[in-house]
Amino acid sequence: MSAEAKTEGKDELTKKKLIDIIGEFYGQLQSERVPYLNLPTRTKANIEYNDASEVWVYGDRESVRSAKTVRGAYQLLKTSYVVDFLNAQLDQAKSSTLRELYYISENWDLAKFREQQESDRLIEDLEIVSELQRENFHIRPEEDGASVLGPIKIKEQTRRGTKIIHCQDDVGEGGYQIPNNVDNLEFLEHDAKMIIAIETGGMKDRLIENGFDEKFNTIIVHLKGQPARSTRRLLKRMNEELKIPVVVFTDGDPWSYRIFASVAYGAIKSAHLSEYMATPAAQFIGIRPSDIVNYELPTDKLSDQDIRALHSMLSDPRFESEFWQSEINLQLELNKKSEQQSLAKYGLDYVTDTYLPERLSEMGVI
Amino acid sequence: MTNLIAEELAKKQKAISVAEFFEKNKQILGFDSAPRCLITCVKEAVDNALDACEDADVLPDTLVQIEKADRNNLRVIVEDNGPGIVKAQIPRIFAKLLYGSRFHELRQSRGQQGIGISAAVLYAQLTSGKPTKITSKIGKNQPAHYYELIINTKTNEPEIVAENVVEWDRPHGTRIEMELEGAYVKGRRQSVYEYLKDTAIVNPHARITLIEPDDNEEVFERVADQVPTKPDAIRPHPEGTELGTLIKMLRYTDRYKLISFLMNEFVRIGRKTAEDLCKVANLDPEANPNDLSRDQALRLLEAFKIVKITAPPTDCLSPIGRDLIYKGLEKEYNVDFIATTTRPPAVHSGNPFVVEAGIAYGGSLPKEEKITILRFANRVPLLYQQGGCAITHAIERMNWRQYELDQPGGNGVPVGPVVVSVHVASTKVPFTSESKDAIADIPEIIDEVELAVRNVARDLRNYLSRQKLLEKRKEKEEIIKKVLPKMVTKISSILNKKEPDIMPIVANIMGNVLVQRKITGKNDKREITIRLKNFGEHTRTFKLHELSKYELVKGDPAAKIVDMDGEIDQIWKISLKPDEERTLQYGIKHDGVPELSMPIVEDIDEELVTGARALEPKRVEEE
Repeated sequence: MSAEAKTEGKDELTKKKLIDIIGEFYGQLQSERVPYLNLPTRTKANIEYNDASEVWVYGDRESVRSAKTVRGAYQLLKTSYVVDFLNAQLDQAKSSTLRELYYISENWDLAKFREQQESDRLIEDLEIVSELQRENFHIRPEEDGASVLGPIKIKEQTRRGTKIIHCQDDVGEGGYQIPNNVDNLEFLEHDAKMIIAIETGGMKDRLIENGFDEKFNTIIVHLKGQPARSTRRLLKRMNEELKIPVVVFTDGDPWSYRIFASVAYGAIKSAHLSEYMATPAAQFIGIRPSDIVNYELPTDKLSDQDIRALHSMLSDPRFESEFWQSEINLQLELNKKSEQQSLAKYGLDYVTDTYLPERLSEMGVI
Repeated sequence: MTNLIAEELAKKQKAISVAEFFEKNKQILGFDSAPRCLITCVKEAVDNALDACEDADVLPDTLVQIEKADRNNLRVIVEDNGPGIVKAQIPRIFAKLLYGSRFHELRQSRGQQGIGISAAVLYAQLTSGKPTKITSKIGKNQPAHYYELIINTKTNEPEIVAENVVEWDRPHGTRIEMELEGAYVKGRRQSVYEYLKDTAIVNPHARITLIEPDDNEEVFERVADQVPTKPDAIRPHPEGTELGTLIKMLRYTDRYKLISFLMNEFVRIGRKTAEDLCKVANLDPEANPNDLSRDQALRLLEAFKIVKITAPPTDCLSPIGRDLIYKGLEKEYNVDFIATTTRPPAVHSGNPFVVEAGIAYGGSLPKEEKITILRFANRVPLLYQQGGCAITHAIERMNWRQYELDQPGGNGVPVGPVVVSVHVASTKVPFTSESKDAIADIPEIIDEVELAVRNVARDLRNYLSRQKLLEKRKEKEEIIKKVLPKMVTKISSILNKKEPDIMPIVANIMGNVLVQRKITGKNDKREITIRLKNFGEHTRTFKLHELSKYELVKGDPAAKIVDMDGEIDQIWKISLKPDEERTLQYGIKHDGVPELSMPIVEDIDEELVTGARALEPKRVEEE
């Protein structure tokens, strides 16, 4: 079977699964029931640890979206319109971005989305109900520009042919840009001892300038804040297929801990994809609240939002471990937070010469 | 030595005139800040004008004009169309403190002590150094008398600076013009404008025209054209009498016998009660009241508490009335809802009183601020010391959350787009101070205010829950009329299937009874099936009518048949529990599509049914 035929078959399956959702509505109407859709509740109260995959997925709690309420009725109307649109897109073998979908709804009258967040979320709902991924719908995100730099050679199928790229030798200082669909990548060879995923651009540049990737045979992955799906998927693939350990290096505040959690445990918003994207073996380097004390780091005061987020994390099942509970409580006690770059207090080389080697050998990575 | 000092001191000791006393203590009469002094002067003049018109049964038409005068002073002119004042009385009414007609009378009126207007004249004289100018005319063919007056503060006697007869186009009335130190402020609660607006609310029979210093003219138009009935004066009731008053009454009475003193000087004491009182107090009914000792008076006072005496009459009060409070609020506020109430009369310390309340909601009132409280005593707005007033205390101690209003912390003045107005009318309103800003915390009064406010708050809650219900219904209509049809069309087009009948879904969403008619059959016979299903949460019992001009074949179950001018009405009695379903059937002889009107239901609200219309209910004649 040719590759084209294979995609076509896949698209047919996608179409069938989408139309099944609509068929469900039709059946409800025929049996005089008000149309509804059951979805897992997408809150921290409804995520559970899956022993087999070692990641956090949705539990059994469901919310009913029913046309009995105005909100529910509009959501189901919009769902019908989106399915109709995806159907046509699959028929025509076209694709669109999340943003384009949002703008296309301009013509849908009552079914028009008020903001992009709403259409993004509806696509996630459809992923959950159909047990597919948005790539199957031919929906893709905007390029987010996250990058990789390190001793690994990759083969990428691009729209303009196959490219082979060595992520140290063949790229500029910006590194290799992670594409939207990393399942098309093939890992040819590598010489890496570990992968370090970094939250901020400033710290990524510091490691590259100091030659950390070469000195420690490290693949540096820039997360760019809350990492995109493709970045998380790439980390998981490199970790599981190439058996390279993954460590995550972020700022020392609640938002950064959530970044680590979405890499290692899975995100609450996309827990239906945790098994596909989370890297349970990923370890947290810091900045840890205890680092603030031990390294006497420069700090900022916690904001009200920070404090609320930390309190909320105390009851988040992903942060149940003794390590996280004691670190979070310590941070609340200190009422302080520190950035990665605050290590510059001890000089520009301190992070690569002292902090990271110390911490990594403590963790048994080097 | 001691004596000598006392003698020295005695040389300095002399009587102080009332006028002199108030000259030095004007703040206790409501003269403190510059804006307040102006309001107080306007208030005293307007109170007098309205009282005068009521006395004469004239619809008040009052002009208030504030102008700039020299040295940053203000000129206040208040003109009324009242009965006027006879020439000889003019100087004393305006330029002698504690001179008035109402002090010795127990009657509901705005002014009482005879201090108000002369205090304003005194204040004007003290701050501007100029006399007050009065014009008054008592009838069409009478001359208008003009006076310029000052108060001799040493003697509390009027001094006439100028006196004249002038031309005045009003048929009768009084005009006062004073120059004084004050400040005209706008846009806040405590201002001349707000004071007059509030006055207009509780005096809906009055037209008040305000001309502001910038020549802007505001007319608070009347909405009622009947002058309130003039309240009657009553004799004191024993319950509230104090010992000193009783001793004074005993000493100065013209009655020769105690029993007739009791029967004639008090209200609600008849022969039987008077005899009982004397018995309980162990006093001779024939005794001369002038001869009673302090001790005996005290026994009499004790007897007042023991012997049961009927509450004082309440017809001496003149409440505004529910309708007029409603109209008053309606004309001064742009709101969505108003409720008003007048409580039955009650008594505090022998003084009858009536509490009235109004509540106004929504419209252009601010949503996020504390509610506005309008306080009135005997139709006079109270602008100052809201926090120290019995009316406020009654509102603060209520739980407003049960009336669907926000009350941060669960007590205190609630938040919301609401105006609460409370009027206390009494022969004696107990104020906390001489400046008459706040009503004292008399338990009987607080309780009555709370009951009145609860009354209107309950009406507001009912209104709000009705609104909520309508809102919910409106939302559901949005679903069934807009969203659902669009969704059904989309779904059917995606699946390429026929659009299903959405009537059952509509009934389901609305929680209604579904009435669904289907017609089958061929040739000259048609089978008609009516399906009934209750999607609601309550059992529904009603009658179903099917009107038909065709020949009927049979009915299953059989219906009661009524012949109506060539049409036949089949009537079924139906009772459906929640989720219960029934089918009715009948046949007609007809070839083709029959013309049938929509099924008709009886004894059930049309809003509770989908697929049928309701029979016009027979109007039950109300008394």
